[in-house]
Amino acid sequence: MTDAIVVEGLVKRFGATTALDGVDLTVPEGSVLGLLGPNGAGKTTVVRILTTLLRADAGRAEVVGLDVVRDSDAVRASIGLTGQYAAVDEYLTGFENLEMVGRLYHLPKRDARSRADELLARFDLSDAAHRPAKTYSGGMRRRLDIAASLIARPRVLFLDEPTTGLDPRSRLGMWEFIADLADGGTTILLTTQYLEEADRLADRMVVIDHGRVIARGTGDELKAQVGGQRLEFTFGRSVDVAEAADRLRHLTVDQPRADEQTRRLSLPVRGGTEVLAEALRRLEGSGVDVLDVGLRRPDLDDVFLTLTGHAAEQDDDSSPDPSLAGREPAATTGSTR
Amino acid sequence: MTSLSMTVADGLTITRRNLIKVKRVPDLIVFATLSPIMFVLLFRYVFGGAINVPGDISYAEFLLPGIFAQTVVFGSTITGASLADDLQKGLIDRFRSLPMAHSAVLVGRTVADLALNALSIAVMALTGLAVGWRIHTSVGEAALGFLVLLGFAYAVSWLMALVGLIVRTPEVVNNASFIVIFPITFVANTFVPLETFPSVLRHFAEWNPVSSVVQAARNLFGNSFGAPDVWSLQHPVLYAALWGVAILAVFVPLSVRTYRSTASR
Repeated sequence: MTDAIVVEGLVKRFGATTALDGVDLTVPEGSVLGLLGPNGAGKTTVVRILTTLLRADAGRAEVVGLDVVRDSDAVRASIGLTGQYAAVDEYLTGFENLEMVGRLYHLPKRDARSRADELLARFDLSDAAHRPAKTYSGGMRRRLDIAASLIARPRVLFLDEPTTGLDPRSRLGMWEFIADLADGGTTILLTTQYLEEADRLADRMVVIDHGRVIARGTGDELKAQVGGQRLEFTFGRSVDVAEAADRLRHLTVDQPRADEQTRRLSLPVRGGTEVLAEALRRLEGSGVDVLDVGLRRPDLDDVFLTLTGHAAEQDDDSSPDPSLAGREPAATTGSTR
Repeated sequence: MTSLSMTVADGLTITRRNLIKVKRVPDLIVFATLSPIMFVLLFRYVFGGAINVPGDISYAEFLLPGIFAQTVVFGSTITGASLADDLQKGLIDRFRSLPMAHSAVLVGRTVADLALNALSIAVMALTGLAVGWRIHTSVGEAALGFLVLLGFAYAVSWLMALVGLIVRTPEVVNNASFIVIFPITFVANTFVPLETFPSVLRHFAEWNPVSSVVQAARNLFGNSFGAPDVWSLQHPVLYAALWGVAILAVFVPLSVRTYRSTASR
């Protein structure tokens, strides 16, 4: 299988901040790569370099066999980009937006129009096709944005946090669209800070933090790196959390995660149902009010926590403006922790 | 596609996009038409009584070419504010990721703003005719007069494009350009004859290209009572054209280069 994207030793600095510190990755043709990391990890910088918007300071990047610096015009003809913020012209209608982008990919006028109609139908926007995009909801704008990046049937699609800021229903809808595209054979590089999203959509994942790759593999491989299971409780009162954590501390194989606000306790364990039974026996007579109990495989949140020492969706305290969070090159780059 | 035909085709696509916005945002039409009408009426009737111009020309005739010039130069600031807006909204990122001509976004922007300026001038000319302004020359000379006004404003649009790409905030672009453009359009022969200026200001005004644009328009419309004896105002069409070409020669390549490496933050 040939690689649609090859990245070697990519370095990018913004002033004194090193946003990328030697990133290597490959994406086989027709597969979906999930690029995971917290805000400021360097995900968007990778996308911007691969889509020719930014030049790397060192290293090499190829998309469909073309160098992103030397053959940038040819690269642009083969890719589609959906950035973090829906880049649609709000004064144009949905149809006009798509037609314009189609024309700028140099599709003949008739093709641009028929393709626009086709994509509007596919992304459930036919009813709104002739309304200015200003009147669209956030989810509709995102769908229009993705439709625009697909108009010329790109071989490689870059989706930079495609569901950030969407409500849960729109997010599920977006996942279905992305899964359909992947089934259709489009190579996709998807950045996200939602581990569930990567788990659901990506064939393989690359986890970056502070501009470096800290793990890579399939979702199952990453989970195997963490190992064991998670024993999870939800209690009736917040005082129960500490009480239970104390009683169960000899069963855990690693640091438990306790959250008094949500009254949840998560214990890394080994030994399956026997541990579960043992845990319940130890809680007998303690008076703690167990609302919910379960045993599960580690999810990517656990993976992330284990690999980086901080949670994936942890907000960056030093970011003064929430609307700037995750934008790169921001002053916050590399300061997450 | 050859690169020239691609530039033209992509430039037209972007021009069309920008003009659709003009159609859908009423404030833009208001800015482009109502405020010039207001300016013509205010200056004609508020200052018109106080300001006397020599010779047998009425103030309305003297005034209109000045207002034309001021309005189109101000009109060209829209280029900067609109590009800053596109940059903020991530549209420039989208355009830069497309296989389109590198200059098309700027060509499309400046051409759309030129069209808006032409609309402003047409509205002002009609208002001017209603308040006593007349063209006394041939159709060819009058057309050249409008061409000088619009051509100079088009060149200024390219300067504003660079400002917009560097400053990145539409409001700041507007404020910053007003600080520069107000003096440039007022310290000129726009509203009053240069004879009334104190000497330092007068030298600046005589060599201010806006003065030459206004003088050129006055000559070509037959609204002039004569010009001070300085080269820039004795050869106003040539001097204004030299400025226009110089601005384009510097700011077209500079703006395109900045566009190619710019990105939203």
